[in-house]
Order: sequence, then C-alpha cells, then structure tokens
Amino acid sequence: MTIRFILLVNRQGQTRLAQYYEYLSIDERRALEGEIVRKCLARTEQQCSFVEHRNYKVIYRRYASLFFLVGVDGDENELAILEFIHCIVETLDRYFGNVCELDIMFHLEKAHFMLEEMVMNGCIVEINKQNILTPIQLMDKTSNPQFKLPLSSSTFSVF
Amino acid sequence: MQAQTEAIPSSHNPTPLSAGAFEALGGLPGSNIISLACLEGNRSGASTLMRKLIISRSGVDREYGLIGALGPGQSGGLKMGTRLRDMIRAVRACKTAAEERGVIAKECANLRNAFKENDQDYRHRNVAKLMFIHMLGYPTHFGQMECLKLIASAGFPEKRIGYLGLMLLLDERQEVLMLVTNSLKNDLNHANQFIAGLALCALGNICSAEMARDLAPEVEKLLHNNNSYIRKKAALCSVRIVRKVPDLVEYFTNPAVGLLTDKHHGVLIAAVKLCHELCQNSEAALEQMRKQVQTLVRILKNLVVSGYAPEYDVGGITDPFLQIRVLRLLRLVGKGDADSSDVMSDILAQVATNTEGNKNAGNAILYECVLTIMAIEAIGGLRVLAVNILGRFLANRDNNIRYVALNTLVKVVSVDTQAVQRHRTTIVECVKDSDVSIRRRALELVYALVNETNVKALTKELLEYLKVADPEFKADLTAKICSLVQKFAPDKQWYIDQLILVMVEPGNYVKEEVLRTLIVVISNATDLHGYTVRQLYRSMQNWNGQEGLSQVALWCIGEYGEMLINHQNELPGEEPLTVTESDAVDIIETVMKDVRSSSNTQAFALTALLKLSSRFPSNTQRIKDLIKPHKGNLILELQQRSIEFGAILNRHENLKTQLLERMPVLDEATYVSKKADGASISLGADVKRAAPVGGPDILANGGPKQETTNSLIDLLNLDADDSPVPEPHKSAGDQLLSLLGPDPLSTSGVGTTDNVLMDILSLGTPAAASTVAPSPTSLFPPVPLADPFAAMGSAAPVDPFAPSTGGSVPRKTSLLDELDAVPQAPIKTSLLDDLGPAVPKDKGSLLDGLDSVPIVPATTSAYPTITALETSGLKVLFDFVKPPGNAQSTVIKASYINLSPSPYTDFIFQAAVPKFLQLQLEPASASVLPASGGGVITQTINVTNTMRGQKSLLMKLRIIYKVDGQDKVEQGQVSNFPQGL
Repeated sequence: MTIRFILLVNRQGQTRLAQYYEYLSIDERRALEGEIVRKCLARTEQQCSFVEHRNYKVIYRRYASLFFLVGVDGDENELAILEFIHCIVETLDRYFGNVCELDIMFHLEKAHFMLEEMVMNGCIVEINKQNILTPIQLMDKTSNPQFKLPLSSSTFSVF
Repeated sequence: MQAQTEAIPSSHNPTPLSAGAFEALGGLPGSNIISLACLEGNRSGASTLMRKLIISRSGVDREYGLIGALGPGQSGGLKMGTRLRDMIRAVRACKTAAEERGVIAKECANLRNAFKENDQDYRHRNVAKLMFIHMLGYPTHFGQMECLKLIASAGFPEKRIGYLGLMLLLDERQEVLMLVTNSLKNDLNHANQFIAGLALCALGNICSAEMARDLAPEVEKLLHNNNSYIRKKAALCSVRIVRKVPDLVEYFTNPAVGLLTDKHHGVLIAAVKLCHELCQNSEAALEQMRKQVQTLVRILKNLVVSGYAPEYDVGGITDPFLQIRVLRLLRLVGKGDADSSDVMSDILAQVATNTEGNKNAGNAILYECVLTIMAIEAIGGLRVLAVNILGRFLANRDNNIRYVALNTLVKVVSVDTQAVQRHRTTIVECVKDSDVSIRRRALELVYALVNETNVKALTKELLEYLKVADPEFKADLTAKICSLVQKFAPDKQWYIDQLILVMVEPGNYVKEEVLRTLIVVISNATDLHGYTVRQLYRSMQNWNGQEGLSQVALWCIGEYGEMLINHQNELPGEEPLTVTESDAVDIIETVMKDVRSSSNTQAFALTALLKLSSRFPSNTQRIKDLIKPHKGNLILELQQRSIEFGAILNRHENLKTQLLERMPVLDEATYVSKKADGASISLGADVKRAAPVGGPDILANGGPKQETTNSLIDLLNLDADDSPVPEPHKSAGDQLLSLLGPDPLSTSGVGTTDNVLMDILSLGTPAAASTVAPSPTSLFPPVPLADPFAAMGSAAPVDPFAPSTGGSVPRKTSLLDELDAVPQAPIKTSLLDDLGPAVPKDKGSLLDGLDSVPIVPATTSAYPTITALETSGLKVLFDFVKPPGNAQSTVIKASYINLSPSPYTDFIFQAAVPKFLQLQLEPASASVLPASGGGVITQTINVTNTMRGQKSLLMKLRIIYKVDGQDKVEQGQVSNFPQGL
C-alpha cells in the first residue's frame, strides 16, 4: 500500500508538478500522464473521485484550476488519500497564503520540499503543517532575510 | 459550487493592486492567477480553506526565495542564461508543442554549457531548471552529475536542491547513484538534523539494494536518535531497506517494536508502517508483533478517546492516517490468529461505533475498520456491525462512499456471501450507474456473486444492461458475461442461447477464444446442431457487421447447413423456420460482400461455401461463382483458399463428398487442456504456423495434423483434413499427386549415354562454370592454374565418377561440347585433360583455398546418377546426395531436359512414393523448359526411407506441361534407384 505518484495538473492538462515514487522512463511518464489526465478531466463533479487506470488507482481532487492526482496501489484506502490531498493543499496554502497555480510553478522546488516532508517512499510520514514547514521556512529565512514569512516559534541552530 | 475562476484583466488595463505582479509575470494576458483555495463544495464539509477567490496576488513580484535571490543577473546574464522564472515564462508563452521544444532545446544547450564550464554560482539554479524541464517530460540525464556535485557541497541550500534533483532526476537503476553513497553516508552522520533528514529522505526514496546493505547500520543507529525528525525519517528509510534487502528484517525488528511506544505521531506512523513491512516479509517478525497487539491497541485507543488534538486534527478526528495505519497492521496481525483477534476486538468495536461517519476522514477510518474486522478471526457480532456499516455506505448518496462500499464487498463476499447477497438488487443497480468507476466495481462484485442458482437471473440483468452500456464498458461487460456463462451454464442450450445474445450485440467485443470454445461446445452438442444453426440463421437475418456472430454462423451453416432446410432435430417448442438452399447461400454472400467483414470472416465464408457445395448440389454453380472472385485477392490466405476450393469443385467432383463431410466432433477435453496449457489457443496448432490468417484454420481442421508426408494415403488424408490450409511450401501439384492412382507405365530406359549427359548437366550448368572459372585467373598466377580447376572438377560430380565408371574420355569430350558456350571453357577442359590424373593429389592444397565447395562432391560421389524417365521429348535425371547425420534421408537433385524442338511451358513435376517413404518436393527452379536441351529445370526432392536396408526407394512420376498450348502428361515409375538409399 503505497503512493506511487503525485501529479498536479491544470485544467488544460499541463503538468505542474510531478513526483514519482517508482521508476518510469520519461516516455512512460508522458504517456501515463496524458492518459490519466484525459480520463480525470473528462469526469463530472458528481462522479466519484477514483479512477482505475492500468494497474493504478488514481484518486483525484480538483481545486480551482488545479487537479491533484495521486496514483496508488490497489489496496490503498481511497478515502484516506482523498483526505491527504486536502492536507497537501492546506499545507501549500499555509506556506504561500492563498496558493495558486503560479505559486507552484514558480516555486516548484518549495512544493517539492513540502511533499518530501509529507511523503517518503510512497508513505505518508507527516501531516502536521508546522512540522512540515519549519525546515522550509528556516531555509527561506537564512537565504533571504528580506523574505518575510510567518516564522516558527521553535529555535533551530542556523546552519 | 460557486464559480471561482477568473482570468486576469487584459494587459493594458491591470488593476492597481496587481500591476506589479503582472509585470513580473511578463504580461501574459489571460494567465490564470487563481486561488486554489478550494472548490470543495459540500464534499468534505467545513474546510478551513473555503475562501473567496483572489484574482491576483501582490506577492508574486516579491523576491523569489532561494532561486530568485541567487540569480543576480536579473536581466538574464549573457553567460549565465536566463533566470528560472524567465525560462518558465518563456515556456508558458509557447503556443505550440514545437515552440516549447525549441525553447527547451535552447535551455538545455545553455545548461550543458554551464555544466561544462563547471559553473559554481548557478549550479543549483541550473538544477532547478532541469527539474522543471524534467517535469515537462524532456530528457535530463546530462544533469545528473550536477546533482551529485551539489550534494557534495557544504551549504544547506545547495544540498537541499541537490538532493531534490537526485530524487527527481535519478533512479536506483542508474550507476551514477553509486557515486553518491559516500556523500549519503557523511550526511547521515551530519550533526545538523535537516541534513541528516535529507540524506534519509533521499535514501528512503531511491536507494538500491546495494546501497541499502551498505548504509543499513547508519540508518539503524538513527532509529534511536533522540530527535523525532530523524527518527521518523529513519523508520521510513528502513522500510525501503527491508523491501530491498529482505534478509535485514531481523536486524530491524527490535528497533521497530521499540518505536511503537514513541510519543511523536510522525514517528509512530512511520514505525507502524515499518512493522507492517517487517510482518509481511517475515513470519518471525509477525509472531513477535502478535505479542505487541496490546501496544497497538493502546495507540489506537489514545487516538480514539483523546480529546481535540489541534496539531493532528483532521476534520475533528485525531490523526486519521495513523489510525488507518494501525488498523491495517492489526489486520495483518489478527489474520489467522484467534488470540490477537480477540485482544483487538474491543477497540475495533469502539472505532466502528464511535467514529463519526459524516465526514470523509471518519469514513476513511470506518472503511479501514470494516476491512480489518472482515479479515481477522472476528466474532459474529463484530461482523454484523461491519456489514451494517457497509450497508450504510452502499445507501450513501456520495459516490465516493458507494465506491468504497462496493470495493469492500468484493473482499467480503468470500467471507460472508449471505450478507452480500442481501444487497444484490442495489449492487445490480450500481452496474448501471453513470460513473464508470462505480460500474466497474459493481460488475466485479456481481461477477463474484454469481453462482449456479442465480446465474440465469443475473445474466439476464447483465445482458439487458449490455444493450445500453457505453462502448468503453462493453468490452469488460461482454468478457464477464461470457465467462459467467462458460462457468455456470446449467445446460448447453442455455449456453448457446446466451452467447448468441451476446454476439448479436453490435461491436466486436466477443473474444476469439470465446468463439472457439463456443464452436467446440456446439460441435459436441449433437442434438442441438439443428437448433443452433437455425437460431444463428435467425440472428443473421438482422446481421449488422458483428464479426463473432458471422463467424460462428458461417461455420455452423457450413457444417450443418442441411439442417436449416430439413428441420432435423427440431426441439419441442422451437419456432418453425422455412429456409431454402439459396437462402442459406444468400447469408454467406451477404457476409462475403460486406466491407466490414475481416479477412478472417471471409475465410470462414469461403470454407462454408465449399462445404455447402456438397450439401446443396443444386447451388454448386453459384458457389463456384462466389468463390472465384477471390482468386485475385490480395490476401494470400483467401487467394489460396479460393484457388484450391475452385480446383476441388471443378476437377474433383468425385472426391468432394468425402472431402467435405461434416467435421468429426471436436474433442472438448483436448481443447480445454490445450487452453489450460496456454501453449496454443488453436486446435490445429501446427496448422496455425502455415496459415497467414490465423483464425479460422482451427475450424477448418478437425484434428492434429500428420507430418507432411506425401505418401499416397497420407496425402489423401491430408486432403480430407487440411485441404483449406495446405503447407505453403508445397506446390499445388504436389497435393494433386495424391490423386494419381498407381500407374503401370514405367520408363526405364537407362543407358550409358544418359549417364554421360547427366554428368554433363550436373557439372556444366553455366552458372557453376562461370562462377568458379574467373577465380583462378585472378587469384592464382598461371602456374598453379591447374589447382583451382581440379577443385572445380571435384566440386562437380564428374571427376569422382570418372574412375568408377571408367571410360572417361568420351565424357570429357561431351563436356567440352556442353561448355563451349562459356568463354573460358576451352582452357579449362584442356587443362583438365592434361592434369586429369594428377588432380586427386593436388586436391588438399586447393581445398583450403576454395573452402566449402569441395565438401559436397565427397558425398555426391557415392551414388551414380540415374535417368528416372525418358520419353521422346523429355528426360529426367536424378542425382543423389546423402546429407550427413541422417542415414534414412536422401536428397535427390532432379534435372529435367527437353529433347524436343519446341519449348515446354507450365512445367510441373509430381511424384508419389509408397507409405514407408516420406517425400518433400522443393519448388522447381523454373516452369519453362527451353527446347532442344537448351536449358534445364532443377528441383530438389527430399526423401526419407523409414525402412532403409529392407526396402529400396520407389517412386511414381507424373509430369504435366504444355507444348504449343497443348497439355501433355508424362508418367512413369522409377525403380532403378541405386542400392543403399
């Protein structure tokens, strides 16, 4: 039971973030993304959030113009993943403040850092937003003093 | 759901607030700057993210953290290339894919240059660009080394991006990864928690088995670290290590169990996952975990009963992810173990009753809880609780919940069929849902629910739904219905009826195996033949291009066509049907002329027509006319069938009846076992290879085919079985040969002159002379000239024969005559004459020079050439070669010479042998034989004498050719084969 990939795709079907937890060649990725996105985008609001594709189960959720797609094994708890997607969005939102598609595009690495804290090797590891964001905010603080973001109360040794 | 998207105002009229932001974005009109803040609707209920749309953000123009800040060349430095943001902007501005490829190619070129120059300052910006390019789906392997360099650097931001690049751009299969092992090892031991965390994360995401083995001790040490940030990452990293190297399970079991008492949720969730992984990999770990059930129960209890815990609260429930993980581990532990199942049943009941089912998070837990209850050795009461929850789920209006309910019921059906059967009506309704995901699940469930008692009712439901189902769903549905019918059909008539109903549905969803099985079933149901063919005929009245239906119908009409007319085997209650012979042929004609019919179906139609020609003699002419047009078909299989069937109809009227008899009952058991073997789906496995059109051959061929022997009787058998699909290398004449009766005519005019001529021919084919001849002049200067010629001499059968037959002089002269045409021949012959006696001695040296050529004559020389047939206008000579390794087989090189003044055309040679011989004719070198010995046709005949030593070779010949447009036939028997063949 693991997450096999996380995709962020806009309504035009363009990939905005892709994180795979298993090896796929670039061609396979492109094909997979194309197929899945086509399938998910074609679905209506009333239909359920789960799509079976090849040997993946894709759990997706739409937020404004962005689709969050998570591919999992067959025996993953679909509802939990749905909840987890929301958790990702809340975290992004906490960091960017009203997160939008462009935030993710222009701060791709930040979005990846967050995902990295939340998911490791396909397993959910942390959902506490403060724990997730602390390392990232700390880095922001050290590398760019003018960049003000809500800082954590905890004190870390600065590296 | 309120509309929450709005494009930015057009570029010449930016709102004051967003002006800066807009500039920073490069003035892209119509960019979607949209708040992601949820479009949740009522799905997840109260969400903190329910915010109103924010058209634009003032924050876009602020400095861009790490990447932006480190790019001082804001305007795009000359050497440094563009900033990340500029690149993204450029990519976004692309209108077409080609334009995007152009931009990316340029960027990649810049990046390559930067990497080559070992540019330190911009390395991590470059890697960030690479990540973006990678995300777009372009190759980025050239940047892999850069990631490694970044990882090795000291600064945290560089390391951070390096590790990210490592995880995104590399994978465990790449050798480059080994280079990073040392950096990882250093970072794992780094004093800074974040750096150690990074290394753990990278290791957990991409490590290979080798790295796992190398670094396992470091990771294990970190499991005991006093920092929770490190512990949780180390635990998940261990999951990967254990998965890669299962031998390490024992090594991690104790530390993993120790982590279960941790207070930190992140550590707990990772630890539970690790325990799950260990238990899956090792029985011993599972046993150990069973002792820890109490600990797990306590974790769950704390979560369930604890009050509001803000840091891990999701929709009013404390850490549902951890609860789910624990429930999952309990499932694994409780499965097949009554004691631990007993210990956990209280808490499971508590979770099942106390968890609120009005929010997604709560339902996720309930869902997991039900799965656990159904999997463990639970008591009845608990099961009832679980089934009730599923019933509630199934009745839920939310499709997500219904989906998981169906998904769970599939798993429950094996445990408690009764409970699931109660919901049958609802489930069947779900098969018709508008959502394909739900339909799939429901279909799966219905499939699992079917048994002998309800198969009729459920199949009826499914068939009705098949009529209205989406095309994309039909394939699945059809496959399921077919499989249900095959599995549970109470009788054959029902089986046939249902499959006809499925086949009648438009679209070609019925698989070929299903059709084949159906035909086997029909063939075996002897008393239903008439009924079936009539039913099929009825369905074909409204035929609309369904391939499966037409194929089965054609096959049945071909086999049992007469039953359409004579009402044979009419079942009680069967509607009478009046069909004339020409009606039946009409059906076939309709299919044949339909553009939708595949070549496979056409082949079925041809065979059916042929078969009908014997059933309905009055329609023979019409059938001939229908078969004829395919003689020029571009598909070889159809062309061949058409020609062969035409020949049968036109020339072998007397044979037709036996040839076209009904096929023997197909052996069901053989078919089933063959199918099970998976070796071959087709009945006539070896026929398949020969036929370019794979499908129908099995239907045309009753049983396994014999070896391709051409003995008289075997051939006849072959014809009866296989005439539609003969071996491709066999000429038509070869087959027809079998039709020849024993012929008393024999020609045995063997004389010395014949032998001479024969020798000449076998040597003196112009090709042989001219190919070998030039080599001596070029390769060998005048003196050793003789050697090559000797070699040539030995290559041909002439020389070796010389001593054995004596009288070599006349032969050589005749040879001369023959070779006159070849420019260099005179020299050669004279040389040969002079050096004749010396040849054998020189051979050795020559052979080295002209490899491969001389080996043949050594074997050919063993048997004299014979004249197989000689008439006033024709001569047939046989040369023999014994292939090494098989004493029984002989290769006969036949040469045909025209002795008459006019050329022969359409020359066909046929041969027949007694049963103890096996014969194979290769294609002849030509079909036109020039006049007056002006050329020869050669042909290779392979003969295997199964009774070598007891009986000698025997062969009958027939030769058909045309002289001046007139057909001529020559026949003869060959009995003068050399002894010992």
